Amino acid sequence: MFFVNPFTLKKRGILGMNRRNVQYISKFNDRKYFPLVDNKLKTKRIAEEAGIAVPRLIDTIRYQAELKTLKERLENLEKFVIKPAQGSGGKGILVVLDRDKDSFIKSNHERIGLKDIHHHISNILSGLYSLGGKNDVAMIEELVEFDPIFENYSFEGVPDIRVVMYKGFPAMAMLRCSTSESDGKANLHQGAVGIGLDMKTGRALNAVQHDTSVLCHPDTKYGFSELQVPHWDKILELAASCYEITNLGYLGVDIVLDKNLGPLILELNARPGLAIQIANNHGVLPRFNLIDEQDKYLNATQRAAFSLENF
Amino acid sequence: MSSRLQIAFLAFLLTAIGFSIVWYKVEVLNIPLFPHEKRSIYTIGAEIKFQGKNKSALISMALPPVQKGITVLTKDATSAKFGFTQAQTKNGERAEWSKRKVKGEKQLFYSIDVVIDKYANLDAEKDVIITVDNDEEALHDFTSPILDAAKTLLRDVYEHSSDAHSFTALLIQEFTKEPSSQTVKMLLSQNNDDKLHLLYRLLRYQGITVRKIRGLYLEHGRNNRSLVSMLEVHNGNSWQLFDLEKGKIPKADNFFIWQRGGPSLLDVVGARDSKITFSVNEKRIHAEKIAKQAKVLEEAALMDFSLFTLPVSQQNSFKHILLIPIGALVVVILRILVGVRTSGTFMPILIALAFMQTSLLIGLIMFILIVGFGLIIRSYLSHLNLLLVARISAVIIVVITIMSAMSILSYKLGLDEILSITFFPMIILAWTIERMSILWEEEGAKEVFIQGGSSLFVASVAYFAMSNTLVGHLTFNFPELLLVILALIILIGTYSGYRLSELIRFKSMV
Repeated sequence: MFFVNPFTLKKRGILGMNRRNVQYISKFNDRKYFPLVDNKLKTKRIAEEAGIAVPRLIDTIRYQAELKTLKERLENLEKFVIKPAQGSGGKGILVVLDRDKDSFIKSNHERIGLKDIHHHISNILSGLYSLGGKNDVAMIEELVEFDPIFENYSFEGVPDIRVVMYKGFPAMAMLRCSTSESDGKANLHQGAVGIGLDMKTGRALNAVQHDTSVLCHPDTKYGFSELQVPHWDKILELAASCYEITNLGYLGVDIVLDKNLGPLILELNARPGLAIQIANNHGVLPRFNLIDEQDKYLNATQRAAFSLENF
Repeated sequence: MSSRLQIAFLAFLLTAIGFSIVWYKVEVLNIPLFPHEKRSIYTIGAEIKFQGKNKSALISMALPPVQKGITVLTKDATSAKFGFTQAQTKNGERAEWSKRKVKGEKQLFYSIDVVIDKYANLDAEKDVIITVDNDEEALHDFTSPILDAAKTLLRDVYEHSSDAHSFTALLIQEFTKEPSSQTVKMLLSQNNDDKLHLLYRLLRYQGITVRKIRGLYLEHGRNNRSLVSMLEVHNGNSWQLFDLEKGKIPKADNFFIWQRGGPSLLDVVGARDSKITFSVNEKRIHAEKIAKQAKVLEEAALMDFSLFTLPVSQQNSFKHILLIPIGALVVVILRILVGVRTSGTFMPILIALAFMQTSLLIGLIMFILIVGFGLIIRSYLSHLNLLLVARISAVIIVVITIMSAMSILSYKLGLDEILSITFFPMIILAWTIERMSILWEEEGAKEVFIQGGSSLFVASVAYFAMSNTLVGHLTFNFPELLLVILALIILIGTYSGYRLSELIRFKSMV
């Protein structure tokens, strides 16, 4: 049949868009906390204050006038990432892998000059990549060197782990891998692959692209069955600790694995989508309900342990 | 009270109030629930505007005479702080407003409700006709060479005619044929090109019983009109109507004569910049209830606060405004229950309103053309890295340019339908183009077609809902149904079940 019986969906505990908006986002996410997650600079600041691991911020550029000193600012930097503080969906991110005197090498091995970087930052400041074209701030961050374990599962981009949190408990997780179709971005509706992860072990459960099941990565052809995310306990703990700093009851936490530093918080999302359920082939509501029954106060480590044990 | 209970209570209350007012109107005031088996009541509104000169003012307006085939139900003068009387003059009844000190811009309204009724006032026009001999006075200001030319023309026409009617018909023909003769040109230039008055004078000079007629056609939704002028000629037996372009015409059933004979429609003393406009609005009402209607409506307190008490031109605007909630309901249903993604939440309603003026197919074609052209030009603008406000303003100008170019081009090609393009909301189109082009850059062309296509789909559904005659009838005659729509929207707003689109999206999971 063309349509699924809605009662079957309900029985499987699948969360729909209306219910997400009415019963979770508008109930548990106070609008006044949204700027904390919509602005990556603010997120980073509160995360650092709370001792949560994030990629190190090297520099920020707020005004066009500061661009005069760009050469000196980049003097000692070999590899770095420039991103807009209020960009969304991975837009406006410039990754520099290496440097050869005055020329910089981008992630797709193209060479660019200081002038190009100057132009890119100028665009960020004038709001080209931010929502609604607001003036923005450019952040220069340390480059994440992603864990080689993911090398076979990604095409020109950093795979990240999305954990959906409910009342501070990690409820569901998936790994998002960029493909040639998604143009190096880990964004599911642009064609990235979403791989549902077992909450006990971090093992791959099921993978989808465009809401349909796939068995291997469309570009690298590596199967997902062998995949297991390392540092799993640490990842859940890190995600759980984001609840205290944001006060958002329904939260998406994006985490990357650095080769040397381990898991780092990349960004937070106050309106995480529903595709994670398809990637896991599992509805999220039974887990939310179990979390609702848990009424003792638990700290971040205990909450992560709760999820590890129960889901 | 929990919020769910509050919502249920509120929705129930709104629905109950809405439906009880509807019940009262249908049962007690006899306003029909369905738009069928009815007669039309036309409300004709005259709106007089003028500037006070800070002294006393007297405004006098000709009132319609009793006429064959039309019954007047009610007359109503709205005259804020003006004294109002009706005066009988040699040339018929006049309405007179007066006030001691008039300052600034003022408006006066006069409205009458009429029905077309073949058997009404059958002998209204059997008044006594006083025939006059040659009225030498009529052309007293003509210099002798022009007077001679006029006389020659009249003699010529007289030779070829049999009675006053054929004389008038031939004379009008002289004035309408192309190319016009030297005499006609000369006479017209002498008279400031006022053809009506010139013909009137010539006929009077010839000794023909003639009077000027000013009137309007009873058609729905006419705003800001001036009256149509015609001549009426008596040949000793009957009156005959003459149009200045078409010559002899029968009196159309829906032609309502506002003024018959008499010097002026509007006389204003003590004010300046006076202007009079007319509007016609149609209400459809059960035939057998029309007589009853006139009485009950005046007595019902509820109707004192209904939309029908507004000036007619405002009533016409409200007809459109009251349809917007229907469009909103369609959008709410399609977005929340079905899960259609549109570009811009309420853009489809505005597009649907434009479709109501342009008709659906032409509207769709024009929308696609404008947005298509706009996207091409916007993609060039994006290379220039303009700031947002400047970029949108540039797109607005581009949209206006496209619209003017399409209008001119289509007019030259003889496609008049495209001229209605001006009904498209330009600012909304500019935003649509901007949003779609961002979408194109961020999500690719596919998403643009999905969202653009579904926006047009929602707009078309809204168009069908809003242009439905029953819906139009209900919203205008029973505006209290807005409360019911409000209740419905509030209820849908609490719906937390699955969307229809999600039943497909999550199919792979079952």
